[in-house]
Amino acid sequence: MFDVNKVDAIIEKHGAEQRALTAMLQDIQGEYNYLPREALEHLAQKMKLPLIQVYQVARFYRAFSLEPRGKHSITVCLGTACHVRGGVAVADQVGRLLGIKPGETTKDRRFSFDTVNCLGCCALGPVMVVDGQYYGKMAASKVERVLAKYSGEEVATNA
Amino acid sequence: MPRLTSRAEFEAWRQSILASWDPSKPCITVCGGTGCSALGAKEVTAALGRELKKQGLQDKVDLKMTGCHGFCERGPLVVVYPQHIFYQSVTADDVPDIVSETLIKGNPLERKLYKDLVTGEPIVYEPDVPFYREQHRILMKYNGLIIPTRIQDYIAIGGYQALCKALFEMSPEQVIEEIKRSGLRGRGGAGFPTGRKWEECRRADGDIKYVICNADEGDPGAYQDRSLVEGNPHSILEGIIIGAYAVGAHEGFIYIRHEYPLAVEHITRAAEQAEEYGLLGKNILGSGFDFTFKVHRGAGAFVCGESSALMRSIEGYAGEPRAKRIHATEKGLWERPTVLNNVKTWASVPHIINNGADWFAQMGTETSKGTMVFSLVGKVNNTGLVEVPMGATLRHLVYDIGGGISSGKRCKAVQTGGPSGGCIPERLLDLPVDYEALTEAGSIMGSGGLIVMDEDTCMVDVARYFLHFTMEESCGKCTACREGSRRMYEILERIVHGKGQEGDIERLQEIGTTMINGSLCALGRMAPNPVLSTIRYFREEYEAHIRDKRCPAAVCKDLITYSIIAENCTGCGVCLRNCPQGAITGEKKQVHHIDPSKCIRCGICREVCRFDAIKVE
Repeated sequence: MFDVNKVDAIIEKHGAEQRALTAMLQDIQGEYNYLPREALEHLAQKMKLPLIQVYQVARFYRAFSLEPRGKHSITVCLGTACHVRGGVAVADQVGRLLGIKPGETTKDRRFSFDTVNCLGCCALGPVMVVDGQYYGKMAASKVERVLAKYSGEEVATNA
Repeated sequence: MPRLTSRAEFEAWRQSILASWDPSKPCITVCGGTGCSALGAKEVTAALGRELKKQGLQDKVDLKMTGCHGFCERGPLVVVYPQHIFYQSVTADDVPDIVSETLIKGNPLERKLYKDLVTGEPIVYEPDVPFYREQHRILMKYNGLIIPTRIQDYIAIGGYQALCKALFEMSPEQVIEEIKRSGLRGRGGAGFPTGRKWEECRRADGDIKYVICNADEGDPGAYQDRSLVEGNPHSILEGIIIGAYAVGAHEGFIYIRHEYPLAVEHITRAAEQAEEYGLLGKNILGSGFDFTFKVHRGAGAFVCGESSALMRSIEGYAGEPRAKRIHATEKGLWERPTVLNNVKTWASVPHIINNGADWFAQMGTETSKGTMVFSLVGKVNNTGLVEVPMGATLRHLVYDIGGGISSGKRCKAVQTGGPSGGCIPERLLDLPVDYEALTEAGSIMGSGGLIVMDEDTCMVDVARYFLHFTMEESCGKCTACREGSRRMYEILERIVHGKGQEGDIERLQEIGTTMINGSLCALGRMAPNPVLSTIRYFREEYEAHIRDKRCPAAVCKDLITYSIIAENCTGCGVCLRNCPQGAITGEKKQVHHIDPSKCIRCGICREVCRFDAIKVE
């Protein structure tokens, strides 16, 4: 739940200045796993800025989410090295199994699914990361087994 | 320890570190780079710690988890010093044998040695492994030897001596002159002469100036900056402090991707340590020079790798670029004179100050001096980070160091420079890699990504891939980039879906030229490169897609079909069970069949088939 004291502590730590805005948003996201509307409103008020200026920064950077995220975070790397080694097929399979597109969260809030442009471990490509755990040399045929570890139940396929 | 307040105190401290640094003492290092960590390097290190203790060797053998060694393909990597015995693909299960055979008896453990790709002969020592033998490592040299979070390790290998030399023996002008004479050019892409940039900033009006290290390494397929920041953060910091002294800046920043948490941690620790010992902050080593340093984490926007967008982002706004009628060296961060350089540029500085401009300038080509760190990735046997003098040929990189093409197929092209670069065809592999030669070939040096592509790579698909990237990352401020990338992407989408029309190639070239001429920043100006270079070298592939509705590399889903090769199919049923669409039918031990109307071309059947019975064309 949104806690005004936590946001105040973050503002206190950085100083309510424009130059600290990204760092504050990063800390708020670190706290809640997304940027709650109340937190942004509170921040804007404290910084004496129109809310739109805070939103502009929050919307510009990919790292920020305005929606609550899933319990497990799945990332499929689509850097060039992963792309030429078949990363797209892996990403397609994740999307198909979970029934969501990159950037979305499943209705039960169990999984969030994103693609990234490079994780910098190209030797392992195609790479998929679930909650910080790396799965290298992935293939579409291996996705279901990996997801099953996190779903607590058999992942329903649409087959 | 109190802050060091003079060069003499620093020297005494350095001597005490050297006295306790015994290069002949057995030491075992484990690569802690991202690749090796993902493959289990932490478990290997922990197992080594336990085993050394069990054998009573914990005081006789040093154990270090270092930065990235570069040979990511074969991780986790372990090197035993002082002999430099090199082990690859090590697991925790190998640890007892490594300790008993190598550390106790002194013998190499054959099963973990690297085997030559051609002869199959095992190679014992790290410097003899072709991947390393053919390199000339300067920036990456100590990555495998030091603990990145220990300033003493950096001091032991000569760290901060260049800073001492600059502060106490050289005027700022002399430092700039040395960098100018060395011929060092920016390693971030454009290759602007570093010394000239510093000189412009030094001469600019104003008391407040800034220096910035650009570690917003966003090019997909490039991760050398990350490895340097993770593996040897003090070398970058030392370069930045020297640069700040030269231009007269008292405040500096490193802008680093948030996707690189370990790099953020290591550079933050390095700055804290440098501050603690008086190498950063007020009155550095009693020289009278003040410099503070801050770490700024990016938040995931590729355009922030562009200098003016990066500065806007540090200021706390959305990272949109601005027109550069006035150089950042006159009006940059907060409208003050600013020098911004890439990680590798800064890391080169201490070496130049220590060894002299002439030493640096003797490496490389006429116009491009020193070494460059490349990330060699894609369809190549030895994926990893390689450092060679400028002017090495692509063939040398791909074959002598990279060990050739991993699929056993023919090399088709090498993509350099990320989304701003281009594809260089196989027939030009003898091209020496320097700024000018790459630009002439329609690509760029960029930050040093080299993505190797084989016959299974569709060049139209690659062009579409990069345009999709640019379209998503375009900040939208200027029309040429925002609309141009979108329209080019739409045309490429159409082509890969078999809906290409006559005139599409010309349309792509026309929009590309408009983007080059009309975009505000380098992101938009360079974005057409992947398309224009593939049209230039692989026009027939575009034509096959557009006219024949055919994808020669069998990649583009709408233009290919999956079928079963009857002679190879054993009717084992694996494909049938794994097909997510139920598109495969067939009795046990009978030839199976794929229903093309149900097939979604996900490729799973081909992955799971053990008899090479799936044909894609």
